[in-house]
Amino acid sequence: MSIIIDNDTKLVVSGLTGREGSFHGLRNRDYGTQLVAGVTPGKGGQDVEGTPIYNTIRESVEEAGANTSMIFVPAKFAAAAINEAIDSGVETVIAITEGIPVMDMLPTYWKAREKGVRLIGPNCPGVLSPGKANVGIIPAQFFDQGRIGVVSKSGTLTYQIGNELKQAGEGNSTIVGIGGDPIIGSDFIDILTLFDADPETDLIVMVGEIGGDAEERAAEFIAAEISKPVVAYIAGFTAPPGKQMGHAGAIISGSSGTAKAKQEALEAKGVRVGESPTEAARIAVETLRSL
Amino acid sequence: MDLLEYQGKELFARHGLPVPKGVHASTADAAVDASETLGYPVAVKAQVLIGGRGKAGGIKIAKDGTEAHEYAGDIIGMDIVGPHGEGPFKVHELWVEAGSEIESEFYASVILDRSAKKLMVMLSRMGGMDVEAIAASDPEALVKQHVDPLSGLGEDEAKQIVAQAKIPEEVAGQVADVLVKLVEVSQAEDATLIEVNPLIVNADGEVVLLDAKVTIDGNAMFRHPELEELPESADQDPQEAMAKERGLTYVSLDGNIGILGNGAGLCMSTLDVVAQAGGRPANFLDAGGGSKAEAIIDALEVITSNPEVTAILFNIFGGITRCDEVARGIIEATNKIGLELPLVVRLDGTNSEEGLALLAEAGLSNLHHEATMLGAAKKVVELAGN
Repeated sequence: MSIIIDNDTKLVVSGLTGREGSFHGLRNRDYGTQLVAGVTPGKGGQDVEGTPIYNTIRESVEEAGANTSMIFVPAKFAAAAINEAIDSGVETVIAITEGIPVMDMLPTYWKAREKGVRLIGPNCPGVLSPGKANVGIIPAQFFDQGRIGVVSKSGTLTYQIGNELKQAGEGNSTIVGIGGDPIIGSDFIDILTLFDADPETDLIVMVGEIGGDAEERAAEFIAAEISKPVVAYIAGFTAPPGKQMGHAGAIISGSSGTAKAKQEALEAKGVRVGESPTEAARIAVETLRSL
Repeated sequence: MDLLEYQGKELFARHGLPVPKGVHASTADAAVDASETLGYPVAVKAQVLIGGRGKAGGIKIAKDGTEAHEYAGDIIGMDIVGPHGEGPFKVHELWVEAGSEIESEFYASVILDRSAKKLMVMLSRMGGMDVEAIAASDPEALVKQHVDPLSGLGEDEAKQIVAQAKIPEEVAGQVADVLVKLVEVSQAEDATLIEVNPLIVNADGEVVLLDAKVTIDGNAMFRHPELEELPESADQDPQEAMAKERGLTYVSLDGNIGILGNGAGLCMSTLDVVAQAGGRPANFLDAGGGSKAEAIIDALEVITSNPEVTAILFNIFGGITRCDEVARGIIEATNKIGLELPLVVRLDGTNSEEGLALLAEAGLSNLHHEATMLGAAKKVVELAGN
């Protein structure tokens, strides 16, 4: 058993009949993920290379036993698809779609929490449990099975770090791309909690970037609640400060959201932060081997 | 997307919020015409996307046509630097507004609180000054209240916020009404930030929104075609404008090393390692996922249109992006624009072997391949010089 997805995952893909949805949904199936259904309203009864299509996610739950939904629907309609998934009876919703308006995500986020459905994303690369299941667009060939859990706001940066771990001879229990949008279903704290309780994970790598205060809050949480070692990397030290519109943002979070502030918050709580993806991977490998 | 003050006020007016009458002008003569229509005194206000305009001399009160002409002439073309050194922002547009007699000044805002995943309303009776200063000097004077994401801000809740902020009773109803409407504007117009400072009470005891800072969620522009048509800020950097036209995410920086990466995180990380190696990035350019050869050509054209650039770094880790496509783009672009600047390429991930073989075959003399991200950063710094 790994976190979020594993051998028992039965995946339904909203948007499986679309170009991107079919490409990645079928790649996930080729990897070994149990792809049990696709959903496109009005196309029920058809199939995509042998995977049956249903009109609604609920039908796919009732008839094909789907327990995990992946959303590959265009941004304008994506929040409606996520809401449908939340109501359908699946346990987990992984939303890949980017560009969903914040005002659509606010009620959707609270709905998922209320119903106890785990939402990952949106605007994320998905989740990969090497050797078990892949849901999303993470290229599995750059990761090996192993004992390091990775949680990241950024897609390509995760591939970079995963690949460095692989080259150093280490692998991953699960890689979770949580997405970089202002409103995401699960943040660092949610995933750190899962990794901490996961018997297959010995160490956690956390990859953050500028904006918001999720890293600062994670730092507090790590110190208080997480028993496993955490290694971090933060991108964006040289990013230009955005043109500021008012100062209400800084008041709320109590943080400037800069990479430096995040690094300092993490280091103050004893989390080692790599200067580059390469260094973060090196520290992770060293720490893992000294356990 | 950030709105200029007058664009924000027009938005407020559409939702029935009280704003002063005003007219947009871009010349001193037009400003005088506007003033005559409005009646004196008028406020002549620079329209730039930065706070602290008043202190910088960008807002003046004119008593007559001579003053209106003089002040408008002074303000147009003025360079305004923000309170934290932002800018300078050149003034191209004015908002000429009927003067308001200010009896008292409050502060009101609605902002997306990312941590709490809710909208937050803030209200203070100490307006007209920097909200950070209010929060620091008298935290209790700034009332903060989250909005229920499903039901919005009710009238009773708004009244409680107003009472807690100790807004004088005579105007409490009006201020509560403003708060309710500001939350409605935020939800209806996809505004992730609305800041009104000051929210004033005028000599007639009316509550009026005297300023407007509004940020609209870029992901929601499809719902607001009228905002999409607003003119771009004339100050836009030429490379940024060119990149936007071509659908690329580009931010200008002040160095000499052109940078292209795929994915925002990896691209930011690339800037960081170049800086750590002692170099100065000239830009941030995220070619995005699944970059095709044409996108690479567009990207290289944008990067090389900046005369400061002396060397270029490509840092690609292909997931969806295929390295052979990137290589094809590099070769085509090099030939098409006759690129002579040194180009350091790091290609890893999907189809990297095919991509590297294509580059080797093309035998471009300005191209240097590096196997790692850190190696590539070091190399490009060495080639860029100072």
